[in-house]
Amino acid sequence: MSVIVRLQREAFDAASEVAALKRSRTDIGAVVIFTGICRADEDGEPIAALNLEHYPDMAEAEIGRHIEAARQRWPLLGVTVIHRYGRIVPGEGIVLVVTASTHRQAAFAAAEFLMDYLKTRAPFWKQVEKPGGKTSDKIWVEARASDDTAAERWKSAPTKREPAN
Amino acid sequence: MKVRYFAWVRERVGKTEEDIDPPAGVATIGDLVDWLARQGEGYAYAFENPNVVRSAIDKRHVRSDARIAGASEIAFFPPMTGG
Repeated sequence: MSVIVRLQREAFDAASEVAALKRSRTDIGAVVIFTGICRADEDGEPIAALNLEHYPDMAEAEIGRHIEAARQRWPLLGVTVIHRYGRIVPGEGIVLVVTASTHRQAAFAAAEFLMDYLKTRAPFWKQVEKPGGKTSDKIWVEARASDDTAAERWKSAPTKREPAN
Repeated sequence: MKVRYFAWVRERVGKTEEDIDPPAGVATIGDLVDWLARQGEGYAYAFENPNVVRSAIDKRHVRSDARIAGASEIAFFPPMTGG
């Protein structure tokens, strides 16, 4: 399985990441692409940007551990995870998850699994920058209980293997 | 051992990292949090609700009962909000 994990300040291009994953192979039958995008509002309030802090070495290790868990659970052929840090403005991508498999079920499920764990276990913290740019207008985003619930459900779900067709 | 702080834990403590030498008897993450919380106002504020602060030993998530013996890097941070 080809695995790419990148933490970067720069924007990413989903199409070129998919092209890289598929390059010179014809065994992939399904690719799922998830892109998390910075919205212009947080809790109903307008925002100027998000600033993402991260714990570099641990983020990479933690994402790698979850990709390994996904690989043991589903028949994956490739996974690419790119997570940005630093300042991200509304409309820009924050995170990219690409999963590739022979059939769609594994690709869909693994992408969702990886995102649910990235939200709650990958050491990144979002800070909201309000319009106007005053330091006092920087507020840490609070973790959502619904994200914890989303990750928890994978603990009880049985291991799914891909159907033959 | 080295301790690193992130996000609002870092802001409250006022440091990104430091080397610490806790006394004997500080055996677990929970013990370390109790000890750190007594090291000054910023620490007390950062750890005012110890159940909220998350921790890692050598870049792996751990619970408060994890033993710190042999750890080279311990990190404290708020619940994560990436993705």
